[in-house]
Amino acid sequence: MNISHTKTRLLIITSVCMILAACQQHEQKRLPILGERHAATKEVDGKTVTDTVYQTIPAFSFINQDSVTITDRYFNNSIYVADFFFTSCPSICPIMSKNLLKVLKKYQGNEQVKILSHSIDTKYDTPWVLKRYANKLGVTGDQWQFVHGSEAAIYGIADKYMVYAKEDSNAPGGFEHQGWLILVDKDKRIRGAYDGTNTEQVNQLMADMDILLAEYFPNKENE
Amino acid sequence: MGCLFAVLLISIFACQSQDEIKKAQFFTNGKSLYTSHCGNCHGEQGEGLGNLYPPLTDTAFIKGQRQTLPCIVKYGIHEKLTINQRVFDTAMPGSNALSPQEIAYILTYVGNSFGNELGLVDTDEITKGLKTCNEAK
Repeated sequence: MNISHTKTRLLIITSVCMILAACQQHEQKRLPILGERHAATKEVDGKTVTDTVYQTIPAFSFINQDSVTITDRYFNNSIYVADFFFTSCPSICPIMSKNLLKVLKKYQGNEQVKILSHSIDTKYDTPWVLKRYANKLGVTGDQWQFVHGSEAAIYGIADKYMVYAKEDSNAPGGFEHQGWLILVDKDKRIRGAYDGTNTEQVNQLMADMDILLAEYFPNKENE
Repeated sequence: MGCLFAVLLISIFACQSQDEIKKAQFFTNGKSLYTSHCGNCHGEQGEGLGNLYPPLTDTAFIKGQRQTLPCIVKYGIHEKLTINQRVFDTAMPGSNALSPQEIAYILTYVGNSFGNELGLVDTDEITKGLKTCNEAK
């Protein structure tokens, strides 16, 4: 009697443990969705449905370092990291570029990961200047896009990424800007912002990119 | 006689150690100035960045350019440089706001880091060096 009682208890404890373990396995870490949001009501199959609409990066079109037009569609099936810089920047940009090189190195060849660097020096940083910069940095291929656009377009989209950028003759190099690296998901939603001059935060960015990629392949870890 | 010799010896050592103290002081001050004025491009370890910004590890270059280094720091450089057998042509902006004293700190730090062994680079040397810059242009 006593033995069977112990057995039952053991069985219950084991079951509870197994259930807990199973639950933990399914609990996948997710990144927050940043930016503005509002609730929208629409009709789906005759039913009224209310859903959250998140801030997204709007459509854009820029010229890249190879003088080719690059639009938002280029990033449709990938997550990407966006930043704002300029090639003659004497302050934070070199460190940001150096850190983005680390990101590129980690995900080199992964078609689901891209980098998008916008030049805020729209007068000087023409495509060939961007190409020369990319070459000197040691960036080849098309995974890392350096783009040139009109002042209105570049500064306009910086707002959408929630990055401050402004021409300012008092700032080193003539531009005042923030060194954020912005992580964007496949639905163009902002999922993280990291200080591109801080090694720890850049490591966090890469860890978060793994989490974000896993969102699109929920079963990959169990394979 | 022996006493005099001993005094002489002691004073030499005293001088040396005073120079050493000065060097250490310049080095420490230079380190923080380097981080805020130079490290972004040239790297914390003086490693440079790709073919954009040259490393500061070419000891022969640093030694050979000792006289012109103050001018480069203060006024920048816009010529092609060959460093570690690689050509660099990105223009370097000057740091015009730096005083000769601060440049001495920076060059003592750079001159005794990353494999370089220039010893103390004092303020007098910088003041003299800056007179030779052709920055009237």
